[in-house]
Amino acid sequence: MNFPVFIAGTGVISAIGNNVQQHLHALENGTAGMDNMTYLDSVHKHRLPVAEVKMSNEELAGLAGLPAYISRTALLSSIAAKEALEQSGINDIRQWRTGFISANTVGGMDKTENFFIDFLKDSRKGRLRNVVHHECGAATEITADHLGIKHYVSTISTACSSSANAIFLGARLIKQDILDVVVAGGTDALTKFTLNGFNTLMILDQQYCQPFDENRRGLNLGEGAGYIVMVSEKIALSLKQGPVCTLSGYCNANDAYHQTASSPDGTGSFLAMKGALEKSGLQPGDIDYINLHGTGTQNNDIAEGTAIKLLFKDRYPKMSSTKSFTGHTLGASGGIEAVFSVLSIQHGLVYPNLRFETPMKELPFTPETVFSKGQPINHVLSNSFGFGGNCSSLLFSKT
Amino acid sequence: MADLKKQIIEQLNLKDVKPEDIGDDQPLFVEGLGLDSIDALELIVLLQQEYKIKLANAEEGQSVFRSVRTMAQYITEHQPKTV
Amino acid sequence: MLLSITSYCVIADHSVILNGEKWHSAESTLSAPDFLTALYKRSGAEYPKFYKMDQLAQLGFMAAELVLQGRNVSEEYGASAAGIVFCNSNASLDADLRYFESVKNIPSPAQFVYTLPNIVIGEISIRHRLKGENAFFVQESFDPSFLEFYVADLFKRERLKVCVCGWVEYLEGKYKAVIYLVESKPGNRYLQFDIKNIHQIYETANGEING
Repeated sequence: MNFPVFIAGTGVISAIGNNVQQHLHALENGTAGMDNMTYLDSVHKHRLPVAEVKMSNEELAGLAGLPAYISRTALLSSIAAKEALEQSGINDIRQWRTGFISANTVGGMDKTENFFIDFLKDSRKGRLRNVVHHECGAATEITADHLGIKHYVSTISTACSSSANAIFLGARLIKQDILDVVVAGGTDALTKFTLNGFNTLMILDQQYCQPFDENRRGLNLGEGAGYIVMVSEKIALSLKQGPVCTLSGYCNANDAYHQTASSPDGTGSFLAMKGALEKSGLQPGDIDYINLHGTGTQNNDIAEGTAIKLLFKDRYPKMSSTKSFTGHTLGASGGIEAVFSVLSIQHGLVYPNLRFETPMKELPFTPETVFSKGQPINHVLSNSFGFGGNCSSLLFSKT
Repeated sequence: MADLKKQIIEQLNLKDVKPEDIGDDQPLFVEGLGLDSIDALELIVLLQQEYKIKLANAEEGQSVFRSVRTMAQYITEHQPKTV
Repeated sequence: MLLSITSYCVIADHSVILNGEKWHSAESTLSAPDFLTALYKRSGAEYPKFYKMDQLAQLGFMAAELVLQGRNVSEEYGASAAGIVFCNSNASLDADLRYFESVKNIPSPAQFVYTLPNIVIGEISIRHRLKGENAFFVQESFDPSFLEFYVADLFKRERLKVCVCGWVEYLEGKYKAVIYLVESKPGNRYLQFDIKNIHQIYETANGEING
C-alpha cells in the first residue's frame, strides 16, 4: 500500500495576515509582521520586537466563533484549520475518515502564566477555567471539536519541527489507507514563557531579523497557525477544483549533537533534505525553491547553509526564509511554511528574504531578495529544524 | 578564584568535578572542562546573580570565559563599586 | 515483517526491571532525583552531562542506557537507521514548572532547554549517535496499539532498522519509564513486538503515575 497524497486546501494566520489572501498580499508587498509588542505583556516590551497576530483574544474569538477564555493557541488553530478545510472544497467531512493532527509547543501557557500571577499571591485567586487548557493536547481537541473531526485526533510536540512532523504523520495515514482526509499543521501563541526562554539563550534579535545574512543577530519570535488539507487520490479526483499539488517526499532525522545547537556541518538538516529527495525519487537539481528554516541565528543558518552546500553542490535552487515576514512561530512554523510552499507551486511564487544585505562568507549562494510570480515552480522543499536535534524536510510537487 | 570555581561547579551541575580539578588557566570550553554553549549562558547568569555584572551579548563571553583566571579578572574589573 | 523486543526496561516505584529481572531497587524513602542519580552511578556510565539534564531526560537516558547496554546500534545498523519514538501524557511539564520557578530571579537557560518533551530524545541520540527518525507523542494514556502501529510502520517503510521506543513520564517526583528496544530479529529468543507483549511489559510497572 502506497497511495499518493494530494494537497487540497490551505489555511493560515500570522503576523502578516488572518487568511491566505492577506498573506499573499503581504508577501507580494514585502510587508513584515514584526513590531513593538502590543498584545503580549512583557518586561522586554520596548527592547524585543515580535511578530504578533494583530488581534486581541476577544477579536480572535469573534473570528473563530469560540469563547474568548480559551487559549490563544487554540483560537489561532481553529481559525487557520477552518480556512484550510473550507478552501479544500470538501463539503461534508463526515462522509470520510477524517483526521486532525496538530502540533504546538506552548499549549495554553499564555493563560497559565497569567493565572499564576494572582494565584501565587493568594491561592483562592485566579480562575481555574484559565488553566484547564494548559497541556498541548487541549488546543488540538478544541479545534477538532470545532471542526467536527472525530475519527483521528493527535498532537505532536517536537519543538520547532513539530508541525512538519504532524504533516508527515498525516501523509502516512493516508498512504496506508487508514484515513481519507487529514487536516495537519500547527499552532503556537506568543507567551512570556517562550520569550524569556529564548531571551536567556541570547538568540533574540533586538532589531528585525536578517536570516542568512553575514551580520545576522538572531531571531524574532512570532505566532500563528498554518494547516494544509491532505486527501487520498479518490477524494482528490472527486474535488471540483482538483488538488493543488502532492506531498511527494518527507524525512525526519536527528542531528545528535546538542540540545539546542545544530552541528556545524548540519548533519541533521542534510539527512532530512536528502531523505525527502530519496523518498520522492527526485534529484537535487529538480528542486526549484527551498523555503528555508532560516531562523536568523548564527548557528542555524550556517548549519542549514552548509548542509545545502553539500547536498546541492553547485546548482543552487532559489531559496528564502519567510521568517523574515512572520518571525519564528515555533510549533506553527512548519505548518505556515508548508502553506507558503503549496502557494508557491500553485501560483508560481518565490518569496523574498527580507532585509538581506551581505552574503555569508562561508556560503557560495544567497537567498532571493525580490518577490516574483509566474515562475515555473514544480518542486519545493520546506525545512523545519527543532531543538532536541529534530530535523524535518517536506517536499511538495506539482501534480 | 577558589570561590569562583565552587560557584562554577554549582551553577553548572558539574557533580564529579572538584574545585582543585580546575586549573586557573585551563580552558573551560571544549578541550578543557568540555563546557558548551548553554553552560556559557549559565555563566552569564552566574555573573549577574553573584556579582551583579551584566554581559551584553553571548560573544563577549568567549574571551571572558576562557579560563577561571580571565573570568576572575573580568569580575574584578567590572564589579559595581559598593561600600 | 517480524519485529522483536530484544531488550526492555521498566523504571518505576524505586525499582528497575531489565529484561524481566530486577536490576535495581531502592528504599522508598529515596527521592526520585536521588534515585535516578543512584541508577546512573550503578550503571557505571561515565557521562557527566547526566547531572545537567532535567529528570525526564535523566529517566529516559537511564532506560536507554540499560536497553542499549553492550550494544553499538549506530555501528551495527548505521546511524540514520536508528531512531527513537517516545510518548507520555504530561510532555515536559516538570521542567516547565521548574523553569517557571527560576523566572522569579534570573531565568535559567539550562532549565529552559528542557522545557520541550523531545529534548530527552536529543540527549539519547547524542549519547548513542542515533540519527534516524524520532518523534514524541503526547497522549492521554499509554496506547500499545498506537506504539506498535507507528514503530512497525517505520520498519516497514525501511526508515528504521532499530528503534528505542516507549513511555517516559516524570512529574513532580513521580515517574515511570517503560522502554523497548525493537529490532527485526525473528526467532524464539526474543519476545515478539506485538500489542499483547507491549501491554504486558507496561503492566509490570505499577508506578504511581496513572497511564
